[in-house]
Amino acid sequence: MTAHSQQPDDFAFDDAYGAEAQKIIARYPEGRQASAVMPLLDLAQRQHGGWLPTAAMNHVADVLEMPAIRVYEVASFYTMYNLEPVGENFVQVCTTTPCALRGCEAILDACREELGIDVGETTSDNKFTLQEVECLGACVNAPMMQIGDDYYEDLDADSTKAVLKALRNGEAPEPGPQSDRKGSEPAGGLTTLTDSAAGAGG
Amino acid sequence: MLKDSDRIFTNLYGMDGWRLEGARRRGDWDGTKEIMAKGRDWIVEEVKSSGLRGRGGAGFPSGLKWSFMPKEPTGRPHYLVVNADEGEPGTCKDRDMMRNDPHKLVEGCLLAGFGMGADAAYIYIRGEFYREAENLQFAIGEAYEAGLIGKNACGSGYDFDIYVHRGAGAYICGEEMALIESLEGKKGMPRLKPPFPAAMGLYGCPTTVNNVETIAVAPTILRRGGSWFSSLGRENNTGTKVFCISGHVNNPCNVEEEMGIPLKELIEKHAGGVIGGWDNLKAVIPGGSSVPILPKSTCDTVLMDFDSLKEVRSGLGTAAVIVMNKSTDVVAAIARLSKFYKHESCGQCTPCREGTGWMWRVMERLVIGDAEIDEIDTLLDVASQVEGHTICALGDAAAWPIQGLVRHFRDEIEDRINTRKQSTVAAA
Repeated sequence: MTAHSQQPDDFAFDDAYGAEAQKIIARYPEGRQASAVMPLLDLAQRQHGGWLPTAAMNHVADVLEMPAIRVYEVASFYTMYNLEPVGENFVQVCTTTPCALRGCEAILDACREELGIDVGETTSDNKFTLQEVECLGACVNAPMMQIGDDYYEDLDADSTKAVLKALRNGEAPEPGPQSDRKGSEPAGGLTTLTDSAAGAGG
Repeated sequence: MLKDSDRIFTNLYGMDGWRLEGARRRGDWDGTKEIMAKGRDWIVEEVKSSGLRGRGGAGFPSGLKWSFMPKEPTGRPHYLVVNADEGEPGTCKDRDMMRNDPHKLVEGCLLAGFGMGADAAYIYIRGEFYREAENLQFAIGEAYEAGLIGKNACGSGYDFDIYVHRGAGAYICGEEMALIESLEGKKGMPRLKPPFPAAMGLYGCPTTVNNVETIAVAPTILRRGGSWFSSLGRENNTGTKVFCISGHVNNPCNVEEEMGIPLKELIEKHAGGVIGGWDNLKAVIPGGSSVPILPKSTCDTVLMDFDSLKEVRSGLGTAAVIVMNKSTDVVAAIARLSKFYKHESCGQCTPCREGTGWMWRVMERLVIGDAEIDEIDTLLDVASQVEGHTICALGDAAAWPIQGLVRHFRDEIEDRINTRKQSTVAAA
């Protein structure tokens, strides 16, 4: 667990996040507001700079009128909730087999070199945290990494470093494939959907 | 090869607009009210006659599944839950459908939901797909605004709501009972079946859980007819399928093809062939990480459908084709999957919680040959004690890749052990 000094005493949704929380709660039937625990924890994490202090979990428990222990259980079960502080840019490199076959080790090394930290560490300026993760579901665009909410795909060592450099300079590098591809189509020319008028349609 | 005119996902690559205007141009939401006017039973019968089998991995007949829902109102809400928790390593098809063609899924929810008598749909999308959830939520907003869903959906007199629910990083939530638990705000730990979701699912109400692709193909099937869909592929393995081809191919890609296409043709036509040529192929995992690996000799001729892959003791799974050429350390490739399952086990059942860690540790030793030959049989024995002895299929999924590896590459594992022994002796 996190050092006590990093844990704030209080947490409450601000107006914008509070309004969003109410919109989310309304998606679930009366009396089933516990369903909103995951999206509300996500909102709390966003408001609190990328991690969930105990006070935030307690606040979510209050808002949803559920026992705090049930909220802690959820927060510790799912990997996307960070129970400790992370840097401004949370860099998650996929290393599961499809990415491994396409050279994810070189991507991890490029991150280590560019950021000067190892997996699980945060840079001293708090700009980057580096993490290794399981399959992120972009396997035909491997190797890839997620930074914040965005996927950077079709990476090699150079493009990985370029993305990280841009972020360090406060720029917003274009997410998606860092190759010539738009998405998951085969590089070097379409093999299907070449006759755009002919689709089966809806 | 499948003709473009028989492709359902005409915006798979996002070359055209994904919003309502683009979707309508491609034929979505065309005559939806008229389809609904044919009635609930007609929809279920048409999907039954199409031969559609679930696209999430298990391949259960979709129309039959829908027919398990209560025929009459029960006084409780009935739900359609869409499994968009795509996380099976190798698989990235639902992502394309949701970011590039979300209206296919939204219209599918309405038609499938109406067919099974559901009041609302929850789409459970993996948390990491943040941008995809944004597109999907936007498309749902457009559909509400245009009167396509919500009160009196499409002017049909039927009320139907659709909600997006984002997950937060847990492969296990792709299992339908874990998904339901998670949607209720709990840890994603699978429930025992029975009761099945159609009797007691979300909030204890009748529920059907379907994969994104299963729901997204439904509108086209209903528009063009079950007989159109069943004319593609072969008996019991009908229709089109989106394949994800990753690993050692020249052009990794997603592609919609006819069910039953030969694996070799799929790789060579669409993915630019194996890196180094077909003869440089070592093995393929044909249906996502959970299904057993196939050696090249099988890959030469096998067809990509449920029954053909079952005959060679593997499976179509999610149709995620992971290609490995001869540069691959196949033991390490499978060991990495063992690590994945160890990481993703929810910890509820002892055989899986303990077994996945145990199997991974042995696999790591096999990678470097640091084992005794008879440990291979011990590993198989443990795998068989995990398989079939857990609440959900994650235990099976952890066992199958190892069983497949030993079945086809036992020599390689033994060689590694013997080589290490000899070098240790030589050094001593």
